[in-house]
Amino acid sequence: MRKNLNVIAAYSIMMVLILMVGIFQSWNIALSIFNLCLISAVMTMGANIQWGYAGLINFGIMGYTALGGLAAVLISVDPVQEAWRAGGFDILMSLWLIVVMVLVIRFILKRFEKSKIRTYSIAAIIISGILLIRFSAEPGIEAIEAVDPAKTGFLGGFGLPIIFSWIVGALFAGGLAFIVGKVALGLRADYLAIATLLISEIVIAIIKHEDWLTRGVKNVIGLKRPAPYEVDLQTTDWFIKLVEKFNAGKLTVIENLADRQAALNQLVIEGSSVFVKLCYSGLFLVVVIILLILTQKALYSPWGRMMRAIRDNEEAANAMGKNVVKQHLLIFILGSAIVGIAGAMLVTQDGLFTPGSYRPMRYTFLIWVMVIVGGSGNNFGAILGGFVVWFLWIEAAPISLFLINFFTAGIPETNALKAHLIESVPYFRFLLMGLGLLFIMRYRPKGILPEKIEIK
Amino acid sequence: MDFVNAIILLLNYIFIPALTYGSQLALGAIFVTLIYGILRFANFATGDMMSFGTMATILFTWYFQSLGVSLGVLPTALLAIPFGIIFMIFYMLLIDKFVFKYYRNQKSPPVQFAMVSIGVMFVTQAVVRIIIGPGDRRFFDGEKFIIKAREFKEMTGLNEGLALKSTQVITIFVTIVLVSLLFWFLNRTKTGKSMKAYSDNEDLALLSGIDPKKIVLVTWVIAGILATIGGALYGLDKSFKPFTYFNNMLPIFAAAIVGGIGNPFGAFLGGYVIAFSEILLTYAYKKFFMYVLPESMEPNSLVQLLSTDYKFAVSFSILVIVLIYRPSGIFKGKVL
Repeated sequence: MRKNLNVIAAYSIMMVLILMVGIFQSWNIALSIFNLCLISAVMTMGANIQWGYAGLINFGIMGYTALGGLAAVLISVDPVQEAWRAGGFDILMSLWLIVVMVLVIRFILKRFEKSKIRTYSIAAIIISGILLIRFSAEPGIEAIEAVDPAKTGFLGGFGLPIIFSWIVGALFAGGLAFIVGKVALGLRADYLAIATLLISEIVIAIIKHEDWLTRGVKNVIGLKRPAPYEVDLQTTDWFIKLVEKFNAGKLTVIENLADRQAALNQLVIEGSSVFVKLCYSGLFLVVVIILLILTQKALYSPWGRMMRAIRDNEEAANAMGKNVVKQHLLIFILGSAIVGIAGAMLVTQDGLFTPGSYRPMRYTFLIWVMVIVGGSGNNFGAILGGFVVWFLWIEAAPISLFLINFFTAGIPETNALKAHLIESVPYFRFLLMGLGLLFIMRYRPKGILPEKIEIK
Repeated sequence: MDFVNAIILLLNYIFIPALTYGSQLALGAIFVTLIYGILRFANFATGDMMSFGTMATILFTWYFQSLGVSLGVLPTALLAIPFGIIFMIFYMLLIDKFVFKYYRNQKSPPVQFAMVSIGVMFVTQAVVRIIIGPGDRRFFDGEKFIIKAREFKEMTGLNEGLALKSTQVITIFVTIVLVSLLFWFLNRTKTGKSMKAYSDNEDLALLSGIDPKKIVLVTWVIAGILATIGGALYGLDKSFKPFTYFNNMLPIFAAAIVGGIGNPFGAFLGGYVIAFSEILLTYAYKKFFMYVLPESMEPNSLVQLLSTDYKFAVSFSILVIVLIYRPSGIFKGKVL
């Protein structure tokens, strides 16, 4: 118990902070912060597996998040029959061509010795294959994008419940990580960072511009929900009764019957959105707890010890007969898959998929700040990092507004400097994040909750 | 005649824009490579440092404009750049003193440096946005065109026009001068040579009495000059927006690595490799083929290899390919 005192204290403080937001601002805001904290926690767990367990640096988190989001779209949206009829055949043909191309390349790689001719012929196959696919798929893509472009203009998905996408998102992200890992994992740490960053940008470029698959920057809105809709709740009897029960004290004070009904209606509207958010919180909490148990188990298993050995001394681990390359690839896939789950969760919660919103600042570097601040190598630390950093990211603007007003209290409102500062309040969050990261790196390089390995 | 038209078309839409863009990337890439070669880390704050320098230049430009000082046909920003550079060098030395110096003394691994540079990136981004805001800023004044497309057509009687913007000429000219000066400095002066030695083998350089503090100082000064001029030229040619500068970090990294990180000459060429391949691969050649080929063979489609949306993806793909097949870059890296 005493050993974990700092963990318990840190989490209690965090919970109190969120509760304070609930009491002083509103429960709606508190819950949406809490939900995104949970999603961030899943992302940090993914990054932490790669960085904390294995020392692999992955700056491509944004790409895996977006792939998870894409999975949510492809799973939950109903298929657009007309688009399939218009261009489905061409798309399937191109897919088949890609498979053939990969098989041919594999065959060449297996069959022939490494030589210049082999390299050039593979390059030629790839280039001519890409050109062939481009020209063969073009009419199909145009036909699909022409199908009611204001509403669909893409192939749609499978029309399944969106919850499944959390698993499929993990598979997508894992698949991408397999390719990236095969290609880039041999690189030195800082090269790997740059390569993964750039590959994630390529992924985003594809998601943004392949409209037939993702609708691109036209966004996909109105995704199905795993939780009830607010509008339905507001007309459901049991829910209204529940709200009445909760607010009995408040309502009985109001004498006038009409006024009381109006107040109740208002409360039901507020309550419904809180209730929906609570549903999401429940779902996300389940995911976080399952992942936490799994990652904790893995950390203390022989596999976890091997990973740490590889991280701390690659050559020694290699000499002990551990397959470093294979383990690196495995952990790269696992971590990315977890990030993919988070990406799907995020889109599920928002109910919309906006490829334009994936930016490295928010989805890669912020996650890294979370991992470093929380404590890499320690799952509780990483999750805490997700909570703390996301909380500050959201609350930075109100806090800095308060501080500016506090320090410039004597200056009149019309002062140009004060007006300028108040106008640029949203950017103080970057300052806060940067300074936070720098201070933690300098004075507590292992994070708020440092890695602690107990040998049992 | 058609052939000349085709050449002018390529010059106007590919060669000159790519040369300009390549020069801007090249300056950034040399900046990255210098920091990597001498201070030994990948600087993720590159784009934001460039935007900081540009911001300083813009602020001085506005100040000069308010004083009524101008260079006539040339943009006022040229006058402001030296002041921007001083401001920028001051900022960089400040960051080095409070942030990077500690880790240098600790001999931290490069990954830790990279993480720290992300912290610097956040802070710089915040400072720029707080001071000048996130919006699009144009600070170009003076004569915009040297040759206008219509004038060129009238002058030569060709179908295709050749537009030459003054910013393009300024960019290319300044880049050539700056890069020649830099290579002269690195290859001919004592300080430059000691920088090379330091980059090549730190311990040996220290043994032979090279002062590391001086090397670091000079590196930051050169880096400040490159970042400010590169950023300001980009801003003059296009426009200044902090987010675009942050994004530009990616092709700049690509250029530095393609050229062999740690090798300034490679980085210089890498900038052009990236710029030309981006523009060559995403240009629609339909009009070009209409001029060159006989009428019966004219293409129906746009003859565009990749849509312009994939401009960035092109440079990143080149980078990934280079990283896989030749991790030390086209020109061997790590020899300053």
